[in-house]
Amino acid sequence: MTTPIITAHLGNPDARTMTGYQALGGYQSLRKALKMQRKDIVAEVKTSNLRGRGGAGFPTGIKWGFISPDATDVVLVCNADESEPGTCKDRELIYWMPHQLIEGCLITAYALKAEKVFIYIRGEMMREYKVLMQAVQEATQAGFIGDNVLGSDTKIDLIVHRGAGAYICGEETALLNSIEGRRGEPRIKPPFPAVVGVFQKPTVVNNTETLSNIPHIIEHGGQWFADLGTERSGGLRIVCVSGHVNKPGIYEIPMTMTFRELIEDTCDGVWKNNQIKAVIPGGSSMPPLDVSELDVPIEFDALMSDERIKPVEVKPGVPFDLGGGRKLRTMAGSGGIVVMDHTTDVVSVCSRIIDFYHHESCGQCTPCREGTGWLSKVGKRLARGEGKPGDVDLLSTIAQGIAGNTICALGDAAAWPVLGFITKFREDFENKINNQPKRVS
Amino acid sequence: MPSTFSRSSIDELNHLIDRYPTKQAVLLPALHLAQKEFGYLHHDALKAVAAFLDLSIDHVNGVATFYSMLRQKPSGTNVLRVCTNISCMLRGAYDVLRSFESELKLSPGESNDMFTLVEEECIAACSNAPAVLCGTSYFYNVTPDQVVSIVNDLRDNPQPEYEAMS
Ligand SMILES: Cc1cc2nc3c(=O)[nH]c(=O)nc-3n(C[C@H](O)[C@H](O)[C@H](O)COP(=O)(O)O)c2cc1C
Ligand code: SF4
Ligand code: FES
Repeated sequence: MTTPIITAHLGNPDARTMTGYQALGGYQSLRKALKMQRKDIVAEVKTSNLRGRGGAGFPTGIKWGFISPDATDVVLVCNADESEPGTCKDRELIYWMPHQLIEGCLITAYALKAEKVFIYIRGEMMREYKVLMQAVQEATQAGFIGDNVLGSDTKIDLIVHRGAGAYICGEETALLNSIEGRRGEPRIKPPFPAVVGVFQKPTVVNNTETLSNIPHIIEHGGQWFADLGTERSGGLRIVCVSGHVNKPGIYEIPMTMTFRELIEDTCDGVWKNNQIKAVIPGGSSMPPLDVSELDVPIEFDALMSDERIKPVEVKPGVPFDLGGGRKLRTMAGSGGIVVMDHTTDVVSVCSRIIDFYHHESCGQCTPCREGTGWLSKVGKRLARGEGKPGDVDLLSTIAQGIAGNTICALGDAAAWPVLGFITKFREDFENKINNQPKRVS
Repeated sequence: MPSTFSRSSIDELNHLIDRYPTKQAVLLPALHLAQKEFGYLHHDALKAVAAFLDLSIDHVNGVATFYSMLRQKPSGTNVLRVCTNISCMLRGAYDVLRSFESELKLSPGESNDMFTLVEEECIAACSNAPAVLCGTSYFYNVTPDQVVSIVNDLRDNPQPEYEAMS
């Protein structure tokens, strides 16, 4: 068993308090960081190979490097809007270890010379908001937040900003609009947030799990973190396992672990001794794996490139191309792993996923707004067993028309699982059409 | 219903205006406060927010209608959020939702004095599915036969969203 890093104290209520967290060595990394050169902190994080845990896996040190060292009005935003179906780690990190997150935010703010930090917490997370506010108050009283952090000339103001119910606000530019008091509609990129972010200022957006790792990287060094990971991805990562396993839960695992090992060993196998039908590898927007594809490590690059995973096809024989010759296989995404046993009606699951993205589309782009509606209509009738011949190809055609043609990745998030489910489980879709009771007269 | 913010809300809003780089950015916190104080965001509540932050009523209305937690009609004391997204669906969430519907005699989206029933998207409790949220209380691994006791418990110990938070 690998020793967990950021989940080691989940379940221990003492770790939630300032006293308890400091007794575990908390805020020592902040003290250490404040004595370091800013550029050396960024360099440590680059060395660590930490990659963003919000979904895209973007290297954190490189993202920080986009901020000019001369910029004076940088803003740091922590994305705590967790709402991708299947993902349930950030909420636990906030609830059990709020100070770990705050310390990570403060170190990052110091490194980027950001005087404002926003933690954008999902509106529905009321219990976690309460815990976080208490922790922010403790950290302010202790002098970690304020005009003179620990007596230095470093100034950091930290604001916890509540969302109000909108999945799309997890998308970073929608989130920035939401902080500015606007509708949570994503912005066209470029410009990227590092150049024009919130309030037109250079902005870094990082996920809650990403930032929770920072104190540990500062404590033990970037190389230590890199060594725990794979060649291009440092550290451990949290996976959230749900669905038909005996021991669902959140587990901080090495990224060399395969899906099969995770499910069979860590999660004690599939419930009722059933067989596996499908596994969603990283939140509901990611194309599923079938039972023949589970010996692949749960790692960003492996999932995108491993030859054992079938490329997602739009029509039989035509692999879905991400551009640059990259075939879409699947991605590690947000770490939400959903296991479905052989009794699962995957058509209904696919239809439920479509309905979610349809419901959450912000409506700015026609392909996403209308396309998800059409997908929803066709998906629902297929799930009900009322599909028409040709409906499966119709789903592919609509999905293909959405993917790549929208302002933000929600369009892709709706299209990819549809294409993935059809590629891997076409027979299930066809059977839903062919096995309908035939009207005789 | 002319609406004016209470003294403590005004103090809180002024404090936020000092900390946020623009007044407009205080809009979401202000809408949360307005909903807490006035129960829901009727036109007069929106007008009070717009006036306080020097924003147009159209902008305030546009933002208020974007977010699902901000309500244009009154809610019950307890807002019950029953997740039916995939992780919960795979472990019986639709049966749980149906039990709430019949126990409360409400369809999703409907309210009575005591309850509002919401069919919710993923509430980030997927490994404890099916999951239900009410205020600051989570109910994990819910089965249909637990629904009666959950409802009774919330009748006796209500969890109004905003009070539970402070
Ligand atoms: C539709 C959509 C929803 C997203 N939701 C979240 C979310 O809830 N939490 C999150 O951290 N990132 C989310 N992201 C990713 C963010 O846009 C962003 O990439 C991330 O917060 C960056 O942090 P990281 O580099 O630390 O991963 C979402 C992206 C899209 C397109
Ligand atoms: S892709 Fe969908 S969610 Fe994203 S900006 Fe366009 S309409 Fe909005
Ligand atoms: S799917 Fe129900 S809590 Fe995530």
